[in-house]
Amino acid sequence: MSGIPHDKYEPKSKSEKWLHARLPIVGLIYDTIMIPTPKNLNWMWIWGIVLAFTLVLQIVTGIILAMHYTPNVTLAFQSVEHIMRNVNYGWLIRYTHMNGASLFFIAVYLHIFRGLYYGSYKAPREVTWIIGMLIYLAMMATGFLGYVLPWGQMSFWGATVITGLFGAVPGVGESLQAWLLGGPSVDNATLNRFFSLHYLLPFVIVALVALHIWAFHTTGNSNPTGVEVRRGSKKEAEADTLPFWPYFVIKDLYALVVVLIVFAAVVGFMPNFFGEPDNYIMANPLKTPPHIVPEWYYLPFYAILRAFTDEVMVVQFASFITGGIVTAKFFGVIAMFGSIFVMALVPWLDTSRVRSGRFRPAFRFFFWLLAFDFMFLMWLGSRPAEEPYASMALYASFYWFGYFLVILPLLGLFEKPQTPPETIEADFDSHYPPKPAE
Amino acid sequence: MFKKILLSATLSLGLATTGLAAENKHEIEDLAFSFEGVFGKFDEPQLQRGLQIYTEVCAACHGLNLVYYRNLSDEGGPMLPEDQVKAYAAQYETFDPELDDYRPAIPSDRFGESGLETAPDLSLMAKARKGFEGPYGLVVNPLFRGVGGPEYIAAILNGYTGEEKEEAGAVLYGNTAFAGGWIGMPPPLSDELVEFDPAHENTVESMAKDVSAFLMWTAEPKLIQRKKAGLVAVIFLTFLAVMLYLTNKKIWAKAKRKD
Repeated sequence: MSGIPHDKYEPKSKSEKWLHARLPIVGLIYDTIMIPTPKNLNWMWIWGIVLAFTLVLQIVTGIILAMHYTPNVTLAFQSVEHIMRNVNYGWLIRYTHMNGASLFFIAVYLHIFRGLYYGSYKAPREVTWIIGMLIYLAMMATGFLGYVLPWGQMSFWGATVITGLFGAVPGVGESLQAWLLGGPSVDNATLNRFFSLHYLLPFVIVALVALHIWAFHTTGNSNPTGVEVRRGSKKEAEADTLPFWPYFVIKDLYALVVVLIVFAAVVGFMPNFFGEPDNYIMANPLKTPPHIVPEWYYLPFYAILRAFTDEVMVVQFASFITGGIVTAKFFGVIAMFGSIFVMALVPWLDTSRVRSGRFRPAFRFFFWLLAFDFMFLMWLGSRPAEEPYASMALYASFYWFGYFLVILPLLGLFEKPQTPPETIEADFDSHYPPKPAE
Repeated sequence: MFKKILLSATLSLGLATTGLAAENKHEIEDLAFSFEGVFGKFDEPQLQRGLQIYTEVCAACHGLNLVYYRNLSDEGGPMLPEDQVKAYAAQYETFDPELDDYRPAIPSDRFGESGLETAPDLSLMAKARKGFEGPYGLVVNPLFRGVGGPEYIAAILNGYTGEEKEEAGAVLYGNTAFAGGWIGMPPPLSDELVEFDPAHENTVESMAKDVSAFLMWTAEPKLIQRKKAGLVAVIFLTFLAVMLYLTNKKIWAKAKRKD
């Protein structure tokens, strides 16, 4: 599959040859599993496997939950409690699914920030990166749709607030919102379509994941040095790489199980830690909860959404030049989606010729500031919308955009990067020196 | 500064103002419950006392509509013998759509709904409230003490100041644990209100704790099974991790020149 020279699958027996001539599926699996992988990958390269596992976990638990769940406004809440109380091991399946969403997002954030630090997004892996961003968006949508299904107070009001964002689009907003909801407000039609889409989107994610894997199997993995695998000959390539099986399969499985220990402890001992107590109260359209907060994984972007108010100069300017079409609310929506869009553009915004942050001291400072900024925004998203949090959120939002739109393009021109090692082999050997010849 | 956008984001003004009230909520005391911790279990006699308190006091207004009478004999719950569950259920009448009439309840029926419209159902109350948050939204407290639902219930029952006021025709009672400081529910417990057999301490504080534990069970009847499964999973996965660690080390030994 990849352009790295390696041994290809050769059908040996008669039946293998027969099948291979008709459908080379064994060869495809073989080449995928045996892909030459840079041998210096560190422990931040394990999140892909964790994510693949979590996707399967969510689909399997989700399908079982769907067998017992009823998408109807009068029955949904009770049907979830029915799962928790009367279905055999329903509580285990439901709590696993519920916390599986958190595991999914913890893993995806670490995966994304690993890519940002090591410059994995840079040429020739732009398509992998873009598909990854699409997966992330689909995950956000799936998570949001799923959170509405238990029909608790936070389900209902979260759905009301988030679909309200589409209402902010100038001109067509109101019709768009009604079209999404299937009516003027969040109601039975909304719940039904959200259930349908929550079941559909994971399979779209599966397809995107297949493309994501196909794309990076074409370019080969990136690695902590950012130096490409040598492709001049099979011998050179073999000095830089090891086959995925068994080296990385076992390594990744080990890491996955360590992650799952923590996950099992959360599900077993504190399954409601990541949730909101309000969601154990059935949805009541007449009673607004005192504090509407989205799930933790949306908080950084929720903070950006709220940061741009009427009082912000940029917003006033945008409103002025568009003749009032761009309202503060619409600006917030643009900023929220824009914050992910600029991240998707990072392959073209980063001008550095050195790929990995390991050899870019100045970059590293700004990167860690971005990681802190992300955590800070997450915290701000959970805080009430008042001072001093409001101003903090605005500055933090500016840094987010500044990092991608100003700092990364300029840094590549002005910084003085260190020299990466010549080859992956040299990097590996510096950690594990070859034994002196005997 | 943010109020404007919040309003326009279809939230009600209530968000901003009551959000503030929630921040100023009284400190809720962390109680030591038997069901806390990795090895925690429900205390059967305590659940039975809690059931009695619910039956004699709370049930006058509050329902428990997600719980079945049969659950009272479930493993990990109050563990009432089956004949007692039958007798308990038979005290109540339930509407049977097939008969189109009321009949005495049987174990496969559910506890009733709230008799008073303003009284919330208590089935999930212990998971629908939080006792601990922060500091500053950093969830350090919930991480170490749990979300604190039962503690919140106990704090409400213990939190009456004795003050009363009338507002819009309704009497409100001063309560230190309730957001805003005034609650519509009159103080439900008083010392020695419920007599236990065998005799047990029946101060307000003790009964508040018992009924909170009972409501934690109604909210999470599979809590014991869950902790057991969690413990087994953690032990098994730890063992598996050790095996995989050793396998990984061996596989890489040659490549890392450590053989």
